[in-house]
Amino acid sequence: MLSARADRWTLWVVGIAALLALPILTVFATALQPAGPVWRHLVDTVLADYLANSILLMLGVGIGTLLIGVPTAWLIGVCEFPGRRFFEWALLLPMAIPAYIIAYTYTGLLDFAGPLQSALRETFGWTRHDYAFPEIRSLPGAVVMLTLVLYPYVYLLARAAFLEQSAAVLEVSRSLGAGPWRRFFNLTLPLARPSLIAGMSLVQMEALADYGTVQYFGVSTFTTGIFRVWFGMNDAIAAAQLAALLLLFVFALLVLEQLSRRQLRFHPTSARQQRLPRLVLRGRRGGLATLACAMPLLCGFVIPASVLAVWAARTMPQMLDERFLRLMANSLLLAMGAAGLILVLALLLGYGQRLRPRPLVRLAVRGASLGYAVPGAVIAIGVMLPLAAIDRNVDGWARVGFGVSTGLLLSGTLVALLFAYCARFLPVALHGVEAGLTRLRPSMDDAARTLGASPRAVLWRVHVPILRGSLLTVLLLVFVDVLKELPATLILRPFNFNTLAVRTYELASDERLADSAGFALAIVLAGVGPVILLSRAIGRGRLEP
Amino acid sequence: MTSFLELSTLDVAYPPRKVIRDLTLRMSRAGIGCLLGPSGCGKTTLLRAIAGFEPLRRGSIHLDGVELSRPGWTLPPEQRRIGLMFQDLALFPHLNVTANIAFGLYDWNVAERRARVDELLKLVGLEEYAGRYPHQLSGGQQQRVALARALAPRPRLLLLDEPFSNLDVALREGLAREVRSILLREGIGGLLVSHDQFEAFAFADEIGVLHQGRLLQWDSAHNLYHRPVDRFVADFIGQGVLLPGRLGSNGRVSTELGELWGTPPVDCTVGEPVEVLIRPDHIVRDDASPLRAEVVERVFRGAEFLYTLQLPSGARLLCLAPSHHDHAPGQHISIRLDIDDLMIFRRGGD
Repeated sequence: MLSARADRWTLWVVGIAALLALPILTVFATALQPAGPVWRHLVDTVLADYLANSILLMLGVGIGTLLIGVPTAWLIGVCEFPGRRFFEWALLLPMAIPAYIIAYTYTGLLDFAGPLQSALRETFGWTRHDYAFPEIRSLPGAVVMLTLVLYPYVYLLARAAFLEQSAAVLEVSRSLGAGPWRRFFNLTLPLARPSLIAGMSLVQMEALADYGTVQYFGVSTFTTGIFRVWFGMNDAIAAAQLAALLLLFVFALLVLEQLSRRQLRFHPTSARQQRLPRLVLRGRRGGLATLACAMPLLCGFVIPASVLAVWAARTMPQMLDERFLRLMANSLLLAMGAAGLILVLALLLGYGQRLRPRPLVRLAVRGASLGYAVPGAVIAIGVMLPLAAIDRNVDGWARVGFGVSTGLLLSGTLVALLFAYCARFLPVALHGVEAGLTRLRPSMDDAARTLGASPRAVLWRVHVPILRGSLLTVLLLVFVDVLKELPATLILRPFNFNTLAVRTYELASDERLADSAGFALAIVLAGVGPVILLSRAIGRGRLEP
Repeated sequence: MTSFLELSTLDVAYPPRKVIRDLTLRMSRAGIGCLLGPSGCGKTTLLRAIAGFEPLRRGSIHLDGVELSRPGWTLPPEQRRIGLMFQDLALFPHLNVTANIAFGLYDWNVAERRARVDELLKLVGLEEYAGRYPHQLSGGQQQRVALARALAPRPRLLLLDEPFSNLDVALREGLAREVRSILLREGIGGLLVSHDQFEAFAFADEIGVLHQGRLLQWDSAHNLYHRPVDRFVADFIGQGVLLPGRLGSNGRVSTELGELWGTPPVDCTVGEPVEVLIRPDHIVRDDASPLRAEVVERVFRGAEFLYTLQLPSGARLLCLAPSHHDHAPGQHISIRLDIDDLMIFRRGGD
């Protein structure tokens, strides 16, 4: 009886995991097919551009986030200066803004017709050719935009690393005559290196996955290439081949991240070690520190959010109609539904693994976690190909058998979208669920079992109530992720079905930036929720990045 | 008497290691038993196998004549009606005392459930704490909640995995006696796992000594102490020393303390070197005796002293003497042996 039951759990876990790994496997399997004319055309013409731009973007954002994230983390983690406690959490706020939205706001602010250049022209009486102004819609512009919203990842990991460094090591180096600069570059920084590399690889994965920003700025990268080949040239195989190439980059970063995390474990970072007294910065130095932390916050959150608010105030009265409300409801319901579904799947996988910790189950759960770091555009291709094939077969079979066409049962419906969200965001939820479950002692499960509760009852009557808080957090995180997801939604949404993110994108693409502000602001406001949760976890000092 | 819990030729393994080997045990109805052994002897694994958490490699488990486990088939724990009290108690932190106790009663009707919970609250003396949460209770109170929770669904057998070991020694034996009387009153069989023999003596009628996955002896406390089947049990239960000797005919053993008589192991032959078990209470101070030993160590135990004595050959003995006889180390005293049943073991055997 127990073995039959165990098999059922194993089957569930392995089945779900296989389904979730399907998109990535599909992409690789499709990419292995012989290259067609489109692919050869790509190789001859634009592939080098895609490669160069993607690599430059990756490197630029990596360096940019280190330049912002590390100094702010050091100031917050090691020093004391006016406003430190505020900046400690406020520096996370840019995370709430999706990269494509910050790109829209800065474009509106800085392009030729924007308020800044207009003001310059008016003040000095210049015309278009009298002055040089850097073009925001460019590769460097994209690097700056992505850097502004992604640096918090580096900041978080670096701050934790600096906090964990033991006082003893630094004091010893001091007694050996090392000055503050030498201590920073020869000791503090090298000790934090694994964390910094892990943070940087995360950021670079996000940069590679970005579609909205580079598309808007007209920078050709892998993601825009995938869209162009998929929609413009209608070549699924070539799109999958591009996607597979992009995945190779992502997996390389993933390996780098995992390796540096493993290295992290060997560093002696005991919480019991004595905390270093903070380096107090007063006067001009304190002012500079405050300024250094204020700048990223200002540029990464305050300015774009204010611009959105101003635009929204101007345009909302006209935009706020029944269609807006329906869109809002669509988006929220979809995000909630997806988050709920993903949480349930994550619970099944996490609990299944706890119940049956055998190698097959562990492997399956790791496999299901691969979607983490896979760009939305790639997932979308991987979802579209198998579902479309199923639809074609069912349709063909129904036509032959019953003389009716079933049309698109899966690929053109919300099923495809939900599937993609699950594959993409399940790892986020699984991470939270697993962290929660490991805090529950196994004897709790056993006690409930001896009191007559079946394994399923243990989950619902013991684990879920105890982990309520963590599960709600997971739900919120996934909800916001789904709400702001753009590329997969663009590819997979059913005809005439719109979400906040897609509508923002459409309006911005039509150069109606001010009109898009209301939708964008809604996404940003929703995104502030998880940031507040994260900052509270920081306050309690048990943040696990 | 039909046996109540019956374990036959059990093997339990965490591959590649066999944790329980060829274990057979019969417990009588509503008896109270204890599995005693040093840590790592497999006693917790055995308990988990009985509860249904560990599958069997070989053998079978029966309760009330019904099979619960055999290789390839394990009745799930939730269908066994076997309660388990954990070392860490495993109280549900999100439920108050009442809800913790009622956890196993969810398919009872409301009135019966309330009556049963009230009955148990009274039984363990926690009526006033019904609304509290586990973290608001003391260690002893948490122990009582765990007991009440395990007893609530009227299990046929209650397994206890060192539930008293987190308490201080003074509380430990008292609570063990209390749990024992509650089990007897409720007519529920009990099986305790422990590494503490005094806890076992206070709790159980029958005690099994487990060593390296094997059950060495399943017997009353008296017999374990006075008639251990082998050297390990002799050494593990109580105090004492093994004194070397040589086996003569008719169970006669010649030792430094003179000629002693007992029943030798069947496979011992005359003339073979053996050891005899000498307990501290086998040695009586007697000024008329010709046997002399030197006091080398003295530990005050309240009512008595525990002396370590040394014989001329260098062999040592333990001796309990009333504390009004005080001998300083270095003194020589006269002793006499007073043994009803002499236990003889092969020398160097296991």
